This record gives sequence, C-alpha cells and structure tokens, in this order.
Amino acid sequence: MNNRNGSLALLAGESRRFARFLLSELKPKGKLLTPFNVIAACILCVAAVLLTIRFSQGLSSTTNLSQDFPWGIWIGFDVITGVAFAGGAYVVTFMVYVLRLEQYRPIVRITVLNGFLAYLFYAGALLFDLGRPWNVINPIIGNSFGVSSVMFLVAWHFLLYMITEFIEFSPAVAEWLGWKRVRKALASLTLGAVILGITLSTLHQSGLGALFLMAKTKIHPLWYSEFIPILFFVSSIFAGLSMVILEGSVSQRVFRSQITPHHRASHRGIVLGLARVCAGTMYVYFFLRVLVFIHGQQWTYIATPMGYWYLVEMVVFVLIPVRLYTQAVRFENIPLIRVASVLTLIGIVLNRLNVSVIAFKWYAPEHYIPSWMEIEITMAIIVAELIVLRWVVNRMPILRSLPERPVDGAAHAIESLKEQPQWTTST
Amino acid sequence: MNRRTFARTLGVAGASLLPLHHRRAVGEEHRKEFVGVLVDTTRCVGCRSCEFACAETHGFPEPNQDERVLDRERTPSVTQWSIVNRYSTAGGDVFAKKQCMHCNQPACASACLTKAMLKTEEGPVIWREGKCMGCRFCMVSCPFDIPKFEYDSPIPKIQKCTLCWDRLERGKIPACAEACPAEAITFGKRADLIKEAYRRISSQPDQYHQHVYGEHEAGGTGYLYLSAVPFEQLGFPQGIESTAYPELSKDYLYAVPIVLTLWPAFLLALSNATKKENEPTDHEMHHE
Ligand code: SF4
Ligand code: SF4
Repeated sequence: MNNRNGSLALLAGESRRFARFLLSELKPKGKLLTPFNVIAACILCVAAVLLTIRFSQGLSSTTNLSQDFPWGIWIGFDVITGVAFAGGAYVVTFMVYVLRLEQYRPIVRITVLNGFLAYLFYAGALLFDLGRPWNVINPIIGNSFGVSSVMFLVAWHFLLYMITEFIEFSPAVAEWLGWKRVRKALASLTLGAVILGITLSTLHQSGLGALFLMAKTKIHPLWYSEFIPILFFVSSIFAGLSMVILEGSVSQRVFRSQITPHHRASHRGIVLGLARVCAGTMYVYFFLRVLVFIHGQQWTYIATPMGYWYLVEMVVFVLIPVRLYTQAVRFENIPLIRVASVLTLIGIVLNRLNVSVIAFKWYAPEHYIPSWMEIEITMAIIVAELIVLRWVVNRMPILRSLPERPVDGAAHAIESLKEQPQWTTST
Repeated sequence: MNRRTFARTLGVAGASLLPLHHRRAVGEEHRKEFVGVLVDTTRCVGCRSCEFACAETHGFPEPNQDERVLDRERTPSVTQWSIVNRYSTAGGDVFAKKQCMHCNQPACASACLTKAMLKTEEGPVIWREGKCMGCRFCMVSCPFDIPKFEYDSPIPKIQKCTLCWDRLERGKIPACAEACPAEAITFGKRADLIKEAYRRISSQPDQYHQHVYGEHEAGGTGYLYLSAVPFEQLGFPQGIESTAYPELSKDYLYAVPIVLTLWPAFLLALSNATKKENEPTDHEMHHE
C-alpha cells in the first residue's frame, strides 16, 4: 500500500517536473527584440490577416490565379521548388546510412530536420492553395482512391515520407526528453526509415515532374518532355545538396554556440565532398537536358524570347555553377562553393517555375504574375519554418552531438546526456 | 533494424500503392457503350438556344442576350457550361458550340486524386462535390481547358458540362440537344453518331471537311464535330494528338511499383555491402 502510494507520488512528481521542463523549453531563449524577430512577427501577422481573407472570400481575394492559370507560386514555388530544396535529406541519409560515408554523419540530423520541416511547411502550404481543403482526407482515408492520378501518388508519398523523416529524426527528440529506452527503439528503425525514405523520395521528386506530363500542349516545348520526371529527380539531388551547403555555412554562424569544435573542423571536408557530388550530378543533368534538347529537335525555338530565357537558365544557372563547383573543388575554395550553391539554387527556382508557371501557357495574352499577397504568404511560410527550426536546434541535440556512434569530442556531450535526462538537470 | 521491421515498413507503403498493379486508364474498359453528342456546325444557325437552355436547366443566371457577345471568342465559364462562338473562316462565318468534350479517357479524371472527376460507365464525365479537394490538377491536365474553378467562393466548386447527367438519369436527353431548333445537336450512342457523321460526309462530300473531330482526338471524345472548314479555324486547340492523355503519365505510373519493390532491396543490399568487417551490427550500433 505504502509502496504504491510512494510510486504514485514519484510518478506525479516526475510528470510535474516533466511538464515544467516542457513549459520552460517552450519559452524563447535569448533576446526577443532582435531585428529578425521583429520582421518575422510583422510578416506572420500580415499573413494571418491575408489567410483569414483568403479562407473567407475565396482564392481570388489574395491570389492572381485565373481559369487559365490554375497554379501559381504557391504550387510552383512553395511546393514544387520547396520539395526539391528538401532533397538533401534523402541524399545525405543515403550517403551516411547506405554508403556509410561516416564523414557526413555530423550533418545528418540538421539535414533531416531541415527536410522534415520543409515538407511540413512547404507541402503543408498546399492547404492554403486547395480550394476545398476539408476534403483533403478523402484520398487518405481511402473513400476515394484516385490511383491513376500522379497527384494521388505524390500526396501519399509526401505523407509517408514525412513519417519516415520523423522516425529518422526521432532519436534526437528522445534524447532531448531523456527517454533512453524509447531512443533505442526509435534508433533501431533508422535504417528501415532511411531506405523507405530514399525510395519514396525517388518517386515523389520525379512525381512532381510527372504532374506536368498531361499538360503537353500547354508547356513550352523547350521545357516539356516525357523526361521531366527524370530531370526533376536528378536535379533534386544537387538542389538538395546545394541547400545543405548553404544552410551549413549559415548555421555555422547562427548556431555558433551549438557547434562542437569537432564538427567545425570537419565542416570543410564535408562541404568539399558535397560540392563534388553536386558537380557530378549537375554534369549528368546538363548532359541529359542537352540530350532532350537534341532529341526533341528544338533548335527552331532558340531564337525566340523563350529560347533566350531557356539559354539563361541553362548557361547562367546550370553550366556556370557546375564549372564553379568543379573549380572550387579542385582549389578547395569554400567561398566559391557557396557562390556556386547560390547560383544552383536560383537555377532550380527558375527551372521549377519555368515548368509550372513561366513557360506554362507562354502563349497566353495575359500571363499570370503573382500578387504581393501570394509572395507575402510564401515569405511567412519560410519565416515560420525558420522559427521552428531555430527553436528545435536550440533545444535538441541537432548540431551539438553526432547521431549514432559518437566520436571523441562529441562523445562527452552525449555521455552527459545519457547519464541524466536533460530535464532533471536543467531545472 | 531487422528484416521483419523492414518488411513491415515496406508493407505499409506497398499496400497503399498496390492498386497500381491493377490500374487501367479510366474508361479503357467499359461494359456499356458510351453516349455522346454530334455537333454539325454546318447546320448551326448561331441562335444560342442551347446556351440559354443549358443555363436554365442548371440554374445559372440567364446569359447575356446581346448578339455582340459573339464578337469575341468565349470559353465556358463558372456560370456557363456551354457557349456558342462565331468564327470567321475561309467559308464564311461558322458557329460552334463549346463545352466539355467528355473524352473517352479523360485527362481530368485520371488527374483527379479523389475521383471527384469521374468518367461514368455511360460516358458523361461528371464532377462530384463531396469528393473534390480543389487542387485544380484537372484544370492543368485537360487539353481543352474545360474545368472552371470558382475563385470567388470560399466553398468553391469546379464547374463544367456534365452532359446533363441528372437529366440522362431521368431518361431525358441533354437540354442543349433538346433545345436546338436546327437539329445541329444530336444525342445518341457514340458509335451510332460516328456512323451518322460519316453518312453525312459521304452523302454530301462537298459540304463537309472530311474529318470527324473527336473520333480520335485525345483518344476519342464523346462530343463529335462536323464542319465545312478545317477545325483549326473553329478554335480547336492545336497539337492535340490521337493518344489518350492518361497515356502520357502511364509510363511513370507503371514505373512506380517497380521502383517501390526493387529500390529498397537494392539499397539494403548496398548497405550490407558497405558494412565493414568489424562494424557492430545495427542493434549494437546505438550507444551500447
Ligand atoms: S474535355 Fe477536359 S474536362 Fe472534358 S472530359 Fe475531356 S479532359 Fe475532362
Ligand atoms: S480540383 Fe477537384 S475535381 Fe479537379 S483534380 Fe482536384 S480534386 Fe479532382
């Protein structure tokens, strides 16, 4: 009897302490009134107002969409480009868990976290664009499976992939909460989740391209080909990695306090390695696009405005960055790699927008141009993602420890984490 | 990770996509014969009776009576499922009615992930309010740009001709066909309509351009057109070939189950191959 009361009291005490820990973690760390926070708050407030208007008055109140242009930047940029940018997660997990290239282990968690949040926010932004979002459950609960639809496939893959990414990431959450046993169970799922995640990514990265296959007569021939799915897949590899490179150099600064000396030392080698992969896949991509160009006998289009635009995309944002990557890798020039990554990312934005918006109905007399409100809400989504990212990185062991087998320096950090749940020590 | 957990995770994903193996393009196999409509533009007098009848049957506001609406080419809209356009052609002014073509294998229905767009067994392509999530993928995919979306509404619908599906169910014929005083719109079984079209062409070869639009376009459509002039002059979209639109993404969809089964096996093998000799197994790996 006594015993039971005792353990009950212990349980109550523990859960109270746990709740207190969660509450304290919810509070922001650091100064509140930073320029970033102020601007972010403004953007989010405006977006909240705009979204209220959008949901009470319909899409035309905030967007410039029309009968001729059913998809704008909420799809073309937020979803289609955002998902390509999030491709880093499947590539890096492939390198670390399948190829076992151990040197990339320090960036696994931050990349997976980034990928997960990108899907959550950018693919989640789809809900703003859906006219009848309450019916989004229809294809999920299975009362109407449109299995012949590419969109059906992409939607399901998004969902499953988010689950796999969460599983890959979950050990970090368990460490943060100090749940040792849970952590072990979760970590044992990692390889399975990784393999499934890579498979799903292959399919939905290409699937986003396959969405446009039926718009054959509506997309300019320089961008339409039956190979769009393959091109989308290949480009998602270097798009994702370029994003990882860029994010890496930013978080080296922003999250300075979180980064172990060991990690900082390895950063250089990681960036060089990633740049090498980028260069390789970009050559393949460039080659494929040239093949598609020749195969489609598209010479005649080159001397038109759309042709020049095509050349800009191909030369300035594919050929030049791939040369930069190659040069930078040869001379181990990290700043140059950053320049290359930025150019590459712009190129991906251009490519995805070209297929989905710009070269879509290029012949229309009045072409769609996004409204400022569409852009504002897009910015709000990015800001919201960054805030959540910052919150997580500042609390969970994302940058400050290595997932799985810890090596030297970081090992101590993990050891101390293991000994006592964080929430009992931090009070 | 062991084989069981792996198989289980794979199974979850596989199960959701299994139907793909049995997948068949919409409408490829149907038990009933499709119905359709034959529009003979050589008979159309441009009175727009069909337009008014359509609006009335479906409860839309009465279309503008003013003849000047014909001065510019119109498209169907959220309040007009069917419209009449006037085209100035080599053979003088020609009127042509435009609406959903009710494709045999519709791009819109194969695009729709909720089956809100549905090719019925009888032939009409209908839209079902309770299913649609408003993604507008049908609009992106339809080669004739037919589905229209109510951008002004917080509870938007897709609007397009249903071939008067509700009237057909009550044993009536489409309102436009009933209203046409010039017998330019004939409702019937698609196969019979094709025969009738060729009969008209062969009995008056100099009156007709030798082509039945819709017999093969986009894989065949429920709406069929006859004309005295080539169809480009009647505002039909360029570049529509005889392949059915769902065929365009078929290769991709067929590749999916293959990738889904081979890729994980390959990755697992690769991961085992890269395992170093003295490396702890997956189970021991995690801080033990
Ligand atoms: S014309 Fe367009 S909307 Fe009508 S059935 Fe064909 S694809 Fe669907
Ligand atoms: S908008 Fe509706 S009908 Fe059209 S594809 Fe999406 S869910 Fe289907």
